[in-house]
Amino acid sequence: MTEQASSARFINIGERTNVTGSARFKKLIMADDYTTAVEVARQQVENGAQVVDVNMDEGLLDAVHAMTTFLKLIAAEPDIARVPVMIDSSKWEVIEAGLKCVSGKPIVNSISMKEGEEPFLEQARKCMAYGAAVVVMAFDETGQADTKERKVEICSRAYELLTGIGFPPEDIIFDPNIFAVATGIEEHNRYGLDFIEAVQEIKQQCPHAKTSGGLSNLSFSFRGNETVRRAMHSVFLYHAIPAGLDMAIVNAGQLDIYDNIEPALRDACEDVILMRRPDATERLIDLAESYKGKSVADERAAEEWRGWDVKKRLEHALVKGIDAHIVDDTEEMRAATADAGGRPIEVIEGPLMDGMNVVGDLFGSGKMFLPQVVKSARVMKKAVAHLIPFIEAEKDLLPEEERKAKGKIVMATVKGDVHDIGKNIVGVVLQCNGYDVIDLGVMVPWPKILETANDNNADMIGLSGLITPSLDEMVTVAEEMQRADLTMPLLIGGATTSKVHTALRIDPAYKGPVIHVLDASRAVGVASKLLSDTQRDGFVDETSGEYTKVREARAGKTPSQLLKLEEARANYYDAYLSDKPAPPLQPGVHVFEDWSLEDLRDYIDWTPFFRAWELHGNYPAILDDEVVGESARSLKADADAMLDKIIAEKWLTARGVCGFWPCARDGDDVTIHRVNREEHVRLPFLRQQIKKSRDRANMCLADFIDPDGDWIGGFAVGIHGIEPHIARFQADKDDYSDILLKALADRFAEALAERLHRHTRTDLWGYAPGEQLTNQALIKEEYRGIRPAPGYPACPDHSLKPILFELLEAEKNVGLELTESFAMYPTAAVSGFYFGHPESQYFGVARIGRDQLEDYAQRRGVDMATAERWLRPNLD
Amino acid sequence: MSVRQRLQQAAAERVLIFDGAFGTQIQNRKLSEEDYAGDLGLKADQKGNNDILALTRPDVIKDITRAYLDAGSDVVSTNTFSANRISQADYAAEDQVAAINIASGKIARELADEYEAKDGKPRFVAGAIGPTNKTLSLSPDVEDPGFREIDFDELTAVYKEQAAALVEGGVDFILIETVFDTLNCKAGVMAVKQLEEELGREVPIMISMTLTDLSGRNLSGHTVEAFWYAVRHANPITIGLNCSFGADQLRPHVQVLSELADTLLMAYPNAGLPNELGEYDELPETTAGLVKQWAENGQANILGGCCGSTPDHIAAIAKAVEGLPPRSVPSPETAMRLAGLEPFTVAA
Repeated sequence: MTEQASSARFINIGERTNVTGSARFKKLIMADDYTTAVEVARQQVENGAQVVDVNMDEGLLDAVHAMTTFLKLIAAEPDIARVPVMIDSSKWEVIEAGLKCVSGKPIVNSISMKEGEEPFLEQARKCMAYGAAVVVMAFDETGQADTKERKVEICSRAYELLTGIGFPPEDIIFDPNIFAVATGIEEHNRYGLDFIEAVQEIKQQCPHAKTSGGLSNLSFSFRGNETVRRAMHSVFLYHAIPAGLDMAIVNAGQLDIYDNIEPALRDACEDVILMRRPDATERLIDLAESYKGKSVADERAAEEWRGWDVKKRLEHALVKGIDAHIVDDTEEMRAATADAGGRPIEVIEGPLMDGMNVVGDLFGSGKMFLPQVVKSARVMKKAVAHLIPFIEAEKDLLPEEERKAKGKIVMATVKGDVHDIGKNIVGVVLQCNGYDVIDLGVMVPWPKILETANDNNADMIGLSGLITPSLDEMVTVAEEMQRADLTMPLLIGGATTSKVHTALRIDPAYKGPVIHVLDASRAVGVASKLLSDTQRDGFVDETSGEYTKVREARAGKTPSQLLKLEEARANYYDAYLSDKPAPPLQPGVHVFEDWSLEDLRDYIDWTPFFRAWELHGNYPAILDDEVVGESARSLKADADAMLDKIIAEKWLTARGVCGFWPCARDGDDVTIHRVNREEHVRLPFLRQQIKKSRDRANMCLADFIDPDGDWIGGFAVGIHGIEPHIARFQADKDDYSDILLKALADRFAEALAERLHRHTRTDLWGYAPGEQLTNQALIKEEYRGIRPAPGYPACPDHSLKPILFELLEAEKNVGLELTESFAMYPTAAVSGFYFGHPESQYFGVARIGRDQLEDYAQRRGVDMATAERWLRPNLD
Repeated sequence: MSVRQRLQQAAAERVLIFDGAFGTQIQNRKLSEEDYAGDLGLKADQKGNNDILALTRPDVIKDITRAYLDAGSDVVSTNTFSANRISQADYAAEDQVAAINIASGKIARELADEYEAKDGKPRFVAGAIGPTNKTLSLSPDVEDPGFREIDFDELTAVYKEQAAALVEGGVDFILIETVFDTLNCKAGVMAVKQLEEELGREVPIMISMTLTDLSGRNLSGHTVEAFWYAVRHANPITIGLNCSFGADQLRPHVQVLSELADTLLMAYPNAGLPNELGEYDELPETTAGLVKQWAENGQANILGGCCGSTPDHIAAIAKAVEGLPPRSVPSPETAMRLAGLEPFTVAA
């Protein structure tokens, strides 16, 4: 069974979402504040309620509406909806309306024989048809059962009736009524004891049935005196549970541990509940005076774990990612280990690795997500950092290589590429799982990778890259590994890599195992299989078989039919050119030295941010996602906190440049005319060549430009200043903050691109001055005009970047540089062209033919080999 | 002997075989709009409305059903996954719902009876009810999580209309399949219960859940175990899993269900995972080899195929499990078993 705590002996049913039990909840519902009301339910579950009781019985409320509204809302909250619901009402219509909204198997609370047997059985049949367990109140035609005898008699009769119509006995819960004791009225003195004795009898007479009770009634006469009420409730349960009570409606955060109740108070409560002496009530009332107004409630339960054994504390800190006490706890563990004659390394190999194994298992089984794992890794690294000096100090005494790593992996982002978020995440995950990772960083040329792998006797190499030219570089690394006669496995990962590319291009280049790793969550599985004596061969064969299949499928596949270039050109997109945008209000180049980060914050598109952490789903819905919602919320909170700092302490500088130039379409090129310059700048674009169905055009970005004169724009933005902060985080072994900051810098770059585009549309170019779009609409690109980037589908050639950068003087104006593979540095950067025609749209160029390649090489003035290298992803 | 008992008796002797996908078989025939529309005179285009072929090209549906019976199916389903008022609205064919289901039921009934008469082996007909494209548990509007496109009573009425017509067509069971929303399934159960009350006899239910992620939950978020507790009141003749992913990934979840459910277990996975082109290319022998392991482990009573499976897959499965003993139905301890998205058992 995979679920934790899926069964329980005694069940606390929370009463905080009960308008009759909680004044606060009632106020919220009356005020229609369902958002806060839902939070009450969440707290309740977090506090340990195993079933959530929902009651909307209030005279001034439309209880059907309130019940169904609330149930639907908590159904959307996975950390509430994970537990069953108790639909609590004295009105059948409210219960039935509730049953229609609950998807699991709930409990109905309650039905009874108050109106006679027929209505009782009718309601019971309906509960069966909806699939619900049911609470039966000890109530009949003559009234509520007060004595033990009446309680037992009514419940037995109901049991016979229900089982007689086929109601499953295990789905019946009897509530034999808990009434207030110590009220001063003599007949009430027996109520506690009567209940406890009745429970025992009912459990005997009614096999499989359960019992329950509403606890707060018991202490009704001590309203306002929390200490005494808590003590009474705890004492009552202490005796009722062994008698057979299965559940109670009780405030889960409001119970004391029996043994922790002050003995005098405990005895006095016991005297009252068990009727042990005639003056019990008076004595409790006297004693109660001394507890008035005291609030024992706020002993910090949250810090409870600090009292645990040090090994448990280390595990807890690792699993929860809490680094506040990790150095102290590690030191305590180290000292204890030393006292016992152990060595510091044993702290790592023992408790710390045990804790990380728990983390690994939770991650592997999908119960923990990447952001949490990275936080755990941060705690681990801090603990290890504390131990290193001790380990170093005793090194002379010990043989080398004490740390038994599971394997050694050399990782690198390949030459020409500067993106490392994904690679760092994989590195952290592998380290968490006990692998030794040698991270060579970004822009690593192949000789360095091979040399490091050789010198360190590595078990495998992992390559990463984000931009398409990196795919070629990976092939180069694979070829060089083959030339060097290496045999170690080669792992391939990164956003543009794919199983197909790996199978078609990289795998054939290297005889050793080549494995495409889809995301960080697969990395450990792949690494462990590759290093396992028993699994390695099978896994390698299986993967290579898969790749062979991919190649065969590709070879056997008739490729989509391509038009000849001239045919494709004849089927160009015929934009209505009279609609072309007016000339820009402010032509020329505009530089923004330092765009306000505060302003950009509102333009952040969060969905890709979560994707970077392998949390999949759209923002904001992801925050409520049943599986990853909790992780997403926690990650968002950390991101917001860091954003606050980035902005307040000005960690980063957002720089941007954009420009607008007169131009004209010339075939598939756009020629730009710059003021006071003789020569034109030529932007060659690519045209779709795949045969289109019916009247769809073979598009090219040039189609959106008027041959008789038009305007085009360009932009480049970059986020500067990240380095000192990254250095600080790395010094602090804080991968979590390192990755978080890089991911946020990327978001800022995208936000500035979005913001600048808007500024262009409304002000600089000004073709859409009145545009009013929400951030959501911006993300969905519901505006006029496009901003395609070199290297992306509509304009797949990264090598247009140097031309664009030259037009914008991007290096001078915003400090952006290009690598030999045309990756931008700083890494958090975006560049592209602006097209203002209302019909301009994004599309993918996809596969092109040899004829276009030759034509393009000529237009770019480069040889075929160079053009081929640039456009490889678009050549079959 | 009731049909419930007849199925239980057959299932006690051997692993029974269910059918495979209709969709891919229909697609392969490259039918035209005219084939689909027939002379019904409906206002919208019908191409793609596979279920309506029972009225306009019954020969196609018969051929496919026959192919599955030839492949060895003991239980065949009706081609009525979308033959409900909600889904048919997309084709302006709501008023054909009853006719489609009756006709589909009859086709399957006649062929099942024909094959049973031929060799004396019992054959059964499951009237298939899909989930519709509406969900009772989730809001389509992220801004308003309390919103629902449809309510329980409306959906119950939609299901009841379909179930009644299927029963009229002669099906043995109502198969509530591809359950992505547990509450939708509960509405389906309610519909059949209401129908039973009107007919004055039992209409046994088969229930089949579909998982949307590898952790083993459906779209409404229920784990396999929680789902079983949420629908157990239907007293289904079979419980199981279909669609989801391929048999390989479904394996752990079949195992969980097999250990829990005190009724027959029916599983019919997709033929693997779709490849990069969205096509299923798992070979019949591969699928058969995978589901065979379930039979070998005593985890299955009825096996078949879902998306991408063909008569060849079904024949391969039938051959692979021939002679293997069927799963014996466990008798779990009596206990109160509740469910939120996760299961919760109250200890005895």
